[in-house]
Amino acid sequence: MNEEKKQYAVEVKDLVKKFGDFTAVDKINLEVNKGEIFGFLGPNGSGKTTTIRMLCGLLIPTSGWGEVGGFDILNESEKIKANIGYMSQRFSLYQDLTVEENIDFYSGIYKVPKMIKKERKEWVLSMASLTGKRNHLTSELAGGWKQRLALGCALLHDPPILFLDEPTAGVDPSSRRDFWDLIYQLSQRGTTIFVTTHYMDEAEHCDRIGLIFQGQIIARGSPKHLKTELMSEKVIYLECDRCLDAMVFLEQEEKVNEVGLFGKGLHLVVENVDLALPSIQKVLNKQGISIIKLEKITPSLEDVFVSLIAEQTKKLTQTK
Amino acid sequence: MKWKRIKTVAKKEFHQIKRDLRSLILAFALPSLLLLLFGYAITLDIKNIPVAFRDQDHTQKSKEFIREFEESRYFKVKGGIYNYQKMQELLDKGKIKIGLVIPAGFAEGIYSGEEVQVQTLLDGSDGNTGTIGSGYVSGLISSYTLNVLQGEKKFLSLKPPLDYRVRVWYNPDLKSTNFIIPGLIAGIIMIIVALLTSLTFTREWERGTMEQLLSTPVKPLELIFGKFIPYFVIGEMDVIMVLLLGIFVFKVPLRGDLYLLSGVCLLYLLGATGLGILISVLTRSQLLANQIGWLATFLPTFLLSGFIYPIFNMPKPIQAITYLVPARYFIKILRDIFLKGNSIVYFQGEVVFLVLFCLAMFSLASLSFKKRMK
Repeated sequence: MNEEKKQYAVEVKDLVKKFGDFTAVDKINLEVNKGEIFGFLGPNGSGKTTTIRMLCGLLIPTSGWGEVGGFDILNESEKIKANIGYMSQRFSLYQDLTVEENIDFYSGIYKVPKMIKKERKEWVLSMASLTGKRNHLTSELAGGWKQRLALGCALLHDPPILFLDEPTAGVDPSSRRDFWDLIYQLSQRGTTIFVTTHYMDEAEHCDRIGLIFQGQIIARGSPKHLKTELMSEKVIYLECDRCLDAMVFLEQEEKVNEVGLFGKGLHLVVENVDLALPSIQKVLNKQGISIIKLEKITPSLEDVFVSLIAEQTKKLTQTK
Repeated sequence: MKWKRIKTVAKKEFHQIKRDLRSLILAFALPSLLLLLFGYAITLDIKNIPVAFRDQDHTQKSKEFIREFEESRYFKVKGGIYNYQKMQELLDKGKIKIGLVIPAGFAEGIYSGEEVQVQTLLDGSDGNTGTIGSGYVSGLISSYTLNVLQGEKKFLSLKPPLDYRVRVWYNPDLKSTNFIIPGLIAGIIMIIVALLTSLTFTREWERGTMEQLLSTPVKPLELIFGKFIPYFVIGEMDVIMVLLLGIFVFKVPLRGDLYLLSGVCLLYLLGATGLGILISVLTRSQLLANQIGWLATFLPTFLLSGFIYPIFNMPKPIQAITYLVPARYFIKILRDIFLKGNSIVYFQGEVVFLVLFCLAMFSLASLSFKKRMK
């Protein structure tokens, strides 16, 4: 089949979605390689969910073209649906059914063959560590368990592509880590994963990232590529004794573009490290703040995104 | 369409209904309750009309006249003979509906053949009881008069010029329950089944479960039929319940064929479930679905179906609307089967209309349901 020849699991060209006058998704282009974990990042309301819903055949695009698993998103959405797993942002299994009834329901809907039905069910139960809770009502489960059950139900038919829309929102950190372990396992077995998130640490786990802001993709690439290549400015790490005071004074320093709290210290975004370092030292000395550490570092993803979004906002206000 | 998916959806829906108290009450408690409540409350027969006498004659004849009323099952004579003020007070308070004044000289008048006037005071604020009561009073008085005339030797040969003989067919005692119960059955099935079904899609939109469902390869018709099955099965139980109550508690005679009755009931039930599914597909909030549900079932089935108010009495434009009300056809069929014992030949037109209604509901529902979000 032509599916074999296709390099991309997801491919999108000039995709647009308008709701009335509002353009939620504005001519985006995307490619997701087979078997990779693609992280789709962006602030709330930037168009992540709208994009994912168009890819899953839940929304009809206003214009543009796209393929998921080799099927056209406009005309073959029902074929796409048989080949994907989807987990929506809001928990959307039946709260008034038991764990087992939910699994049975989706395995019936996906027409999982009788021979492997039981095996798939046990796999989901053990994957979600719900074996002992199969007769519990879903509404009684805690957040992390619910997420894993939802993931399990989306995987019953062993889909080659999985779409996860903020799968870990509102889940505690240790459950989040467990959840990402599962995603790695799936990825190693060859499943393509398209995941939206706004946790930066999760973004670091992705093979490639797309950053969407106000309906437009403003950066794409591997986390490493984004951190080293895409940011025109440099980042300096400062650790000192009165961080909050230092923050106030450095914000007024013109050679420093941005100041942000990061862990124990501050991230300072500057145009030119060699010019900025002496001025920073001068300011801090004047205020009697003693420096513990002051050095140029590789920016974190968060630095990159904040800087890219600031740049984009500037561009947009200028064109207006 | 795959049977496996339909079955899966149906099973899921059963699980949800059995855990939903509102659905359970609506499905299993309300139909019988409504039938009993309305069946006993709505009666168009008038019995035991409270009546008081002011007897100014105080003769044996006047007492005999009052006894006529006491013996009739249509009247209940309130004890004691009252003066005029007392009678007015009783009418004002609503303790009596009719007051009769027997004038002094009542007996004398009868013997001498002079005209005797019996004054009848009627409470017209309750129009229906008033009209019927006055009819009963005049009937009783004329038969009394005739008896008196025939009792006197000199009028022995007197006969009324017209002899009025009535034979009532189908419902010889003119028991109003006999035609009200079939109407109630039609109304209750429509209301309960349509309301119950009307939430099946909206609930999924409101709870967000629809989004997950839309991302799967399930087909719209599989969803519609899967959701239809459990409500149809519950509807069948409701039908059986209300029919049994009608036959055994309200003693409505079943003169026609039981199989025919079951057949048309299933047809009507199909239409009611279809209406519920259509409402559910068209709305996205349970509150709205519920309101539309009441509006689309309660008013038409009770007011525009000929249940109590005869359709031929209605203005023409409203008569035209009644053609869209399935209960109109079903009530006619039920009365035909129950009371007249008619076979299908007598109501094949109605059956055709019911079939069309079912087809319309299901085609509209499947055309309106789109596997997309807004």
